[in-house]
Amino acid sequence: MTTATTAAEPLEFRGAAPWRRALRQHGWTIAVWLVLLAMVPYWRSLSEQGFEFDLQALAIDALPLCFAAMAQAIVVISGGIDLSIGSLMGAINVLSAREMVDMSFRQALAFSLLLVLLAVLASGFTGLVITLTRIPDIVVTLGMLFVWQGVALWIMEIPGGGVPLDYSDLALGDLGTTGIPNGALVVFAALLLVWVPLRWLRPGLAIYAVGSNRNSAYLSGIGVARTRVGAYLLAGVFTGLGGLALTASSGIGDPNSGATYTLNSVAAVVLGGVSLLGGVGGLIGVIAAAYVLTLSKIILLLRGTDPNYANVYQGALIILVVVLGGLLTRKTRS
Amino acid sequence: MSDNPRAVLEARGVAKHYGPVVALRSADLSVSAGEVHALLGANGAGKSTLVKCLTGVIRPDAGTISVAGRETRARSPMHAARLGLSPVFQDPALVPDLTVAQNLRLTGSSLDSVRSQLATMDLKVSFHELVGDLPLPILRMLDLARALTHDPQLLILDEITAALPSDLAERVFNVMRDRREHGRSVLFITHRLAEVIAICDRATILRDGSDVGTMSPQEGGEARIVEIMLGPEAARAGVEASEREEAELPAAAAEAAAEAPAVLEVDELQVGGVQGISFTLRRGEVLGLAALEGQGQDELFEALAGQRRFEGGEVRVGGKAFRPRHPYDAIRRKVVLVPPDRLLALLPQRSVRENVAAPLYNSPRRWGPINMREEGRRVRKAVDALQIDMRAARQVRRLSGGNQQKVTIARWLASGFAALLCNDPTRGIDVGTKRQVYGLLRELASDGGAILFFSSELAEFPLVCDRVLTIYGGRVTAELVGAAADEATLLQAMHGLELDEAVA
Repeated sequence: MTTATTAAEPLEFRGAAPWRRALRQHGWTIAVWLVLLAMVPYWRSLSEQGFEFDLQALAIDALPLCFAAMAQAIVVISGGIDLSIGSLMGAINVLSAREMVDMSFRQALAFSLLLVLLAVLASGFTGLVITLTRIPDIVVTLGMLFVWQGVALWIMEIPGGGVPLDYSDLALGDLGTTGIPNGALVVFAALLLVWVPLRWLRPGLAIYAVGSNRNSAYLSGIGVARTRVGAYLLAGVFTGLGGLALTASSGIGDPNSGATYTLNSVAAVVLGGVSLLGGVGGLIGVIAAAYVLTLSKIILLLRGTDPNYANVYQGALIILVVVLGGLLTRKTRS
Repeated sequence: MSDNPRAVLEARGVAKHYGPVVALRSADLSVSAGEVHALLGANGAGKSTLVKCLTGVIRPDAGTISVAGRETRARSPMHAARLGLSPVFQDPALVPDLTVAQNLRLTGSSLDSVRSQLATMDLKVSFHELVGDLPLPILRMLDLARALTHDPQLLILDEITAALPSDLAERVFNVMRDRREHGRSVLFITHRLAEVIAICDRATILRDGSDVGTMSPQEGGEARIVEIMLGPEAARAGVEASEREEAELPAAAAEAAAEAPAVLEVDELQVGGVQGISFTLRRGEVLGLAALEGQGQDELFEALAGQRRFEGGEVRVGGKAFRPRHPYDAIRRKVVLVPPDRLLALLPQRSVRENVAAPLYNSPRRWGPINMREEGRRVRKAVDALQIDMRAARQVRRLSGGNQQKVTIARWLASGFAALLCNDPTRGIDVGTKRQVYGLLRELASDGGAILFFSSELAEFPLVCDRVLTIYGGRVTAELVGAAADEATLLQAMHGLELDEAVA
C-alpha cells in the first residue's frame, strides 16, 4: 500500500437533476396545496352560497387551527411535541374574552399584545422544564395540558365574555374590495413576519438542526437546549395568536374551546409534511393542511354526513394521505 | 516531554473517566508549528477521547491544555475553532435534513470560501443538495473544507481517511502537505500506518489511555510503531498463549478439529462493507475474526444473525442453504448472536430468568401455557454453568456489565445452539469475568459447539481461538493458527500488510 503522489483528477459530485431535487425537498408542500385546490371544485358544486361568502367562512373556520398547527410544527421540527397547545389556546381565549368585554378596540389590541407575550412565557416555561429536567416533551406537555385546562376553568367556568366589534372584524371582515378574507391575510402576515426570516437566519436553521440530529447540531456549535427552548417560545407566539383567533371568530370565551386543537394540530402537521421525528418540513405545507382539514369538514357537513361518521372519514383521509405520501417520497428517493 | 517553545498545542496529563471506566488515564501531547503529527493507538486506547477533550466536546477530569503557549480549555467545538483548533470529527458534523448551503449558514461559514477550498481540492459539490443525500466521503470532504475556511493553527482530522476512497484520501494528504508548507499544523488520527509513514513528521502513540511515546515514524517504520503500540503486555500474552497451547490444545486435537463437520459455511458473502468473505466454521472450534474498527465485521455478524439481507454470496448451515430474513430465521436454525452492546439483546427491566428463557418461547407453536418447571430447570442449569451472580436477578439492568454479558450467553445455553456468533463479548467487562468467558467459550467448543469470535482486544485471540482470520477493507487478509496469533502478527495482518511466510 503506497500513496501515490500524482495530481488528483478534478472531481464533480453530481446529485439528482435539479427538478428531481426540488421535488424531493418541496414535493410534499406542493402536493398538499394541490390537494387543497383539487377539493375546491367539489366544494363549489355542493355549496349554494356565493364563493366570496364561502371563502370568508372557510378562512374564519380555519384560522385557529392554522395558528395551532404552526405552533405545533415549530415544536415538532425542533424534535419535540406539544400536547398543551390546545388548552393554552383555551386559557388565552377565556382570559381575553373576560377582559375585553368593556374595552375599546385600541385597548383590546394592546391587551392582545400582552396576551401573546403571556402565551410566549407560558410556552417558554414548558420548554425550560423539558430541557432542564430532561423529561420527555410528551410527558411535560401532557401535564401542562391539564394545567392550562384547569386555569381556563378557573378564569371562566361557563362560556361568556365578549370583544369589541372592530376586534372581531380582524378575523371576520375582508379587506375592502379585494375580497380576500382577513382570516387568511392574518395567517399569511404572521407567516411572513415570524417564520420566513427564521427559515433563512441562523436561529431558524438551528431549530431544524436540533430536530434533525442533535449530535451534529452540537458539533456544529448550536446550543441545543437554548434552541429547543427557543422553539417553544416561538410556538408560544402562534399559540397566543390562536387563542385570540378563537376569541375574535367566536366573539366569546369558552373554557373548552381549545380542547380539539391539540390533536388537530398534530394531524395538520403530519398532513403538512412535517416529520414527527423532527428536522423535516415547513410551515407553508402545514397551513395548506390546516385548510384541507377544515375544508374536508365543511364538505362533509354540506353533504349532510353524520358528524360522527365525518370524524371517521377525516381520520381515514389523514392516514391515507400520509401513507401515499410516504410511498411517493420513497420512490423519488431511490 | 520537555517544554516545546514552538508548540501550537500542548496537553499534559489529560484524563477522562466515565463512571468506573477509564477512557483516558493521563495523556501528554505536544504538536509543533508546521508539522503533521500522527496520533496512534489500538481501538480503545483513548485517541477519540483525547480529541474530544482538546476540542471542547467533552470536559476532561484532569490535565492542562495550552494553545500557542497560553493555557486555555475549549468550552465547545465552536470555541475551539476560535482558539485556532478546527476539528473534523469521525461523525459528520453536518445536519442531514438541511442543504449544504443551510448547514454552512448555520455555522456562519462563508459559502464562497468553502467553495474555493473545495476548488483547491479539485472538488465541486452543489450546495443545494440535502446533506442526507450526499455520500459519506463527500461529507467528510465538505467538513474538511469548512474547517479549512477558519485557516486554523491546528487542523484535527479524526480518522478522516477511514471512509475515503484512495483518490479522495490523496486530496486530503495534499491538504495536509499544504498546511505544513504554510507553517500550520495537523493532528492526524488514523489506523493506516502506511499513511503515517508517508506523510507524518512525528507520531504520538497512546496505549490504555496514556501516551507511551513520541517518535519519528520514518525511523523504524511500521514494525517499530506496532511494537510501541503493543508494549510489554504483548510479551506476557505471548507466554500465556504458549502455555495454553501446551496445556489445552495438543496439536493432534487441532488436526482432529480440522476434520470435524462444517456447521457454518460462508461463501463470498457480500453485505455492506463486506466485499466477499469466505470461511468455514466447524464443529468444536472457536474461529476468531480480527479487524480494525469498521472493516465490515459488524455487518458480517448482523447478516449472519438475520438482521441484514445478504447482498451477494451464499451461506450454508449444516450443509443447507441459509438466507435469513429475520433474526427468527437464524435462531430457528440455531445460529445465535451475542451482540457487542449487551443492552441490544437484553430486556433490561425484566428478571434474569425471563431474559434467559426468552428464546425458548419464540416459536408460535409454543403458544399456550409455559411449562414453568421446565423453564426453571433450564435457566438454573445455564445460570449455574455461567456462575451468574443472582443477587440482583429481579432486574437485569441492575447487574454488573460482566453478569449482564453472561446472561446474554446463558440464554443461548438454555435454548441450545449450533453456531454462536460472539461480537466482542468481553467489551467493557472486568478481567475476572473475562477469564470466565474465555473458559466458557473453550468449554462450549469442546462440547461440540461452533463459535465465531470477534474481539477488539487482540490479546484474547491466542487465548480463545483455534484459528484466526484477519479482515481488512471487507476482505479476509490472512488465516492464522490460534496460538500463533500474537498481537504483532495480528496487527500487521489487520492493517492489510503482507505476513512472512513462516507465520501464515
